Amino acid sequence: MPRKTMIESIRDAMDTMMERDENVVVFGEDVGFFGGVFRCTQGLQAKYGKTRCFDTPISESGIVGAAIGMASYGLRPCVEIQFADYVYPAYDQIVSEAARLRYRSNGDFTCPMVVRMPVGGGIFGGQTHSQSPEALFTHVSGLKVVVPSNPYDAKGLLIAAIEDPDPVIFLEPKRIYNGPFDGHHDRPVTPWSKHDLGEVPDGHYTVPLGKAIKRREGSQLTILTYGTMVYVAEAAAAEHNIDAEIIDLRTLLPLDLETIIESVSKTGRCVVVHEATLTSGFGAELAALVQEHCFYKLEAPVARVAGWDTPYPHAQEWDYFPGPSRVGRALVETLEG
Amino acid sequence: MSDDGRGVEFGPLSLHVPEPAVRPGGEPDFSNVTFPDAGSVRRPDVDTNPEDMRDLAFSIIRVLNPEGEAVGPWANLLSDDQLVEGLRHMMTLRTFDARMQIAQRQGKTSFYMQHLGEEAVSCAFRKALAQGDMNFPTYRQAGLLIAGEYPMVEMMCQIYSNERDPLKGRQLPIMYSSKEHGFFSISGNLATQYIQAVGWAMASAIKNDSKIAAAWIGDGSTAESDFHAALVFASTYKAPVVLNIVNNQWAISTFQGIARGGSGTFAARGLGFGIPALRVDGNDYLAVFAVAKWAIERARRNLGPTLVEYVTYRAGAHSTSDDPSAYRPKMESEAWPLGDPILRLKNHLIARGAWSEERHTQTEAEILDTVIAAQKEAESFGTLHAGGKPSARDMFEGVYEQMPLHLRRQRQQAGV
Repeated sequence: MPRKTMIESIRDAMDTMMERDENVVVFGEDVGFFGGVFRCTQGLQAKYGKTRCFDTPISESGIVGAAIGMASYGLRPCVEIQFADYVYPAYDQIVSEAARLRYRSNGDFTCPMVVRMPVGGGIFGGQTHSQSPEALFTHVSGLKVVVPSNPYDAKGLLIAAIEDPDPVIFLEPKRIYNGPFDGHHDRPVTPWSKHDLGEVPDGHYTVPLGKAIKRREGSQLTILTYGTMVYVAEAAAAEHNIDAEIIDLRTLLPLDLETIIESVSKTGRCVVVHEATLTSGFGAELAALVQEHCFYKLEAPVARVAGWDTPYPHAQEWDYFPGPSRVGRALVETLEG
Repeated sequence: MSDDGRGVEFGPLSLHVPEPAVRPGGEPDFSNVTFPDAGSVRRPDVDTNPEDMRDLAFSIIRVLNPEGEAVGPWANLLSDDQLVEGLRHMMTLRTFDARMQIAQRQGKTSFYMQHLGEEAVSCAFRKALAQGDMNFPTYRQAGLLIAGEYPMVEMMCQIYSNERDPLKGRQLPIMYSSKEHGFFSISGNLATQYIQAVGWAMASAIKNDSKIAAAWIGDGSTAESDFHAALVFASTYKAPVVLNIVNNQWAISTFQGIARGGSGTFAARGLGFGIPALRVDGNDYLAVFAVAKWAIERARRNLGPTLVEYVTYRAGAHSTSDDPSAYRPKMESEAWPLGDPILRLKNHLIARGAWSEERHTQTEAEILDTVIAAQKEAESFGTLHAGGKPSARDMFEGVYEQMPLHLRRQRQQAGV
């Protein structure tokens, strides 16, 4: 089976869908001729023409607002926000418009739209290229929020997102575009071509939205995580010889609560790991759900490892990023707790 | 910079905060606004280069003169029957508003917004559109529905949030939605839908369709960034869209000068984007129709967007939660130089020999009967606090196409 980077698999998903459905259109800043600053849309304009893949003015509310109008017409726009850090001008369009259109019109108008954006740190991007704003979207009823962690899932989830009848926020952890990253920034990176999850089938397949996956079976504790932190969690558990069950949530909204409950009920211990800032982060929701549903099975408090509650710094990248040592410490404390 | 490097040679700076000409207690004064004579503004061909019609952004296209005659190059587009129909639509909208305003005061709904003085804008515009075109309206364009023959009972059921409310009680009163009638779901947020209209129009062009979109915004909301995003997208992609600005002089209590800033007119906003911009007498049914038809034809011929500023006056309160006497002279609406749209069309029809005082009075009575009958029917399905209403179960439906598990759980928790 061909191996692809996450960039290639994301491009493959859009290519597959543009081929199958002429209502799929792709646009955003630098997305057309150039193929996107991360090259996710490379070749799509040449293949499908300028009216199906094109450059836009630097106006995020314009990109998403236009996409909403197109979706209500009957197209299936899949738009790119160059960095999640730039999505805020479009926040009103996403929250007040896309997310509520079906509800407030009683299904008269709908918004089958995907908004893709690179998220997360680890690339020395400072505060304007490193944020993880997923909780700003999971708080909004009417949206779906997806975070893939590997090329196989990225393609299958993106196809499912494009086919979904409702708006989907598709967050792409940019640090793992080219290979899994376990947080050891001083070690060489493994490319996806050397990783099993870099195997991406050709053609159409989906990974269903709303379904988590166990990346590792384990008995001692459950790690709830997603995106880049899946690999950090794996490394931390391995380095401390902890038999952790690692759940890659893949979709944050709607959440696969069943898989979480089943796992935590079995292990009795739970550590939540994400890059985003701690306070009111998605980990708070996960911790609350775990205590609501698994309180009597818990043998230790639910721990959270997250980004510090500061803006994302530049020079202090590795002091900020919740790497394997911070995650490992939480795992050990939770086991001892 | 001054010699001492402190930059004080021109004296201290001061902040300019614009004020309307008059405030409550003062005499209404529109002497600062120029109103050209009816018939005096030229009518360029629709394929004229935008650069060659920049003057239209600084004038006002008018058809009806003070004698009630239709004059000039924008006249003679509508037959007697079409004009009578237009008059009936405006009278219906005004009567509808009056009844719903009272219904709100009676506690039958929470909120209402009327069109008083602005009826011509949406009623005439609707008649220039074709089946399948899409409006992205604000909350003061119900004439699009009335003139599009959308059932009044449905509108009232929405206003009452009753058991027949097509929106299941989820939306504030008057935030209608009807795809079939070319009326996009009103958000209630301002300006957000301007860029959506452009996107819808782009989609129509991508699909090589023949439908066009109409965007709507008020004078105040043109200050929102989405307005500017819409203009740049419309300009860049030459989207088949008519960009309407209803300048009714007041954004709740804020006079239009606050949003307009140093620009001469709102229409002039289009010029920097290379978008043809026209100003029209918004209280002149014939002029609104003529300009709408011109702009719609331009869009349909793939010549791109047109910006239209309707110069009108919000004669009533912003909403049932507003009292204009707190911020503008009481008699200002009577002093508005462009008059009342219904009266002006009525006088024109009489001048044409196609109407009379008797027929007008008789029509008023007929319309009142029709509206009252619709109201009775709507009220038989309930009002906000009495009778039939949408179920609490409906609250959980339609957030997504398929209800996710967490919502299912919450619905069970709510016991509905």
